[in-house]
Amino acid sequence: MTANRLRLPVLAGGTTALLGLAIALAFFYAPTDADQGLSQRIFYVHVPLALTSYACFGWGAWKALRYLRTRDERADLESYVAIHQGVIFGALTLLTGSIWARISWGVWWTWGEDQLVLFLVLFLFYCAYFMLRFSIEAGPARARMCAVYALFGVVLIPVSFLAIRLSKSFIHPVVFNLRGPQMTGAQFLTFCVCLAAMLSLFATFYAIELAGKRLDQSLRDLRELIA
Amino acid sequence: MTSSEKYTAAAYLVVFLAVLVYVVIIGSKLERLQREVEQLVARVRENRADG
Repeated sequence: MTANRLRLPVLAGGTTALLGLAIALAFFYAPTDADQGLSQRIFYVHVPLALTSYACFGWGAWKALRYLRTRDERADLESYVAIHQGVIFGALTLLTGSIWARISWGVWWTWGEDQLVLFLVLFLFYCAYFMLRFSIEAGPARARMCAVYALFGVVLIPVSFLAIRLSKSFIHPVVFNLRGPQMTGAQFLTFCVCLAAMLSLFATFYAIELAGKRLDQSLRDLRELIA
Repeated sequence: MTSSEKYTAAAYLVVFLAVLVYVVIIGSKLERLQREVEQLVARVRENRADG
């Protein structure tokens, strides 16, 4: 069996193990927060999800840039798949954040928080990417337009990330600042493992979806050759 | 079960369900691809038998 064939099962196995470890650390190792209690443990799933969605959009933009430079169709597909994953992780960030907001602040959503609104804008911007992609006939023109759109969107990532530090209301907690992570060593270790698990989950889904789409394309080509 | 426990469980459950739905979607796509491969194999066999 070649290294390529082994890569996906190893990645999937590693992701499963990391996710198991992350959940175990979040519930049995990390100390309970004195202020928020048990609900603070949502942090270990919500923040890694948000950072992973940023990573997905960033990866999608990088692949879009590669497409614009090389005109390689594979880079266009890779950019699309990364953005698709980013939207999934983004939706989960909004859902888990909403649940956390309900228990912490008593509301499902608040329009007064720059961090929340900017993340929603980023999410909706990338949702619109699919409207653009599926409204244009497949080909170099569509790939070019989608690549430019993906690159524009990536500008929103630092804005969304920094918004919390520029915000005046500070309802949304600030955990990472210039003095480093504002949490205990055990909490930080748990957070790092959870982040690694989420990034690994993205890498696995990305590889699976990409393999599926390439197989789909190959079958389409084969059908045309046989017909 | 306290409300804090319920909401925490709900947050983790949402992610678990999303992963599950994704696996189901990928599984159904694999089944479709398998069917298409089988159809193509059958068509190639027919072409060989005719030719």
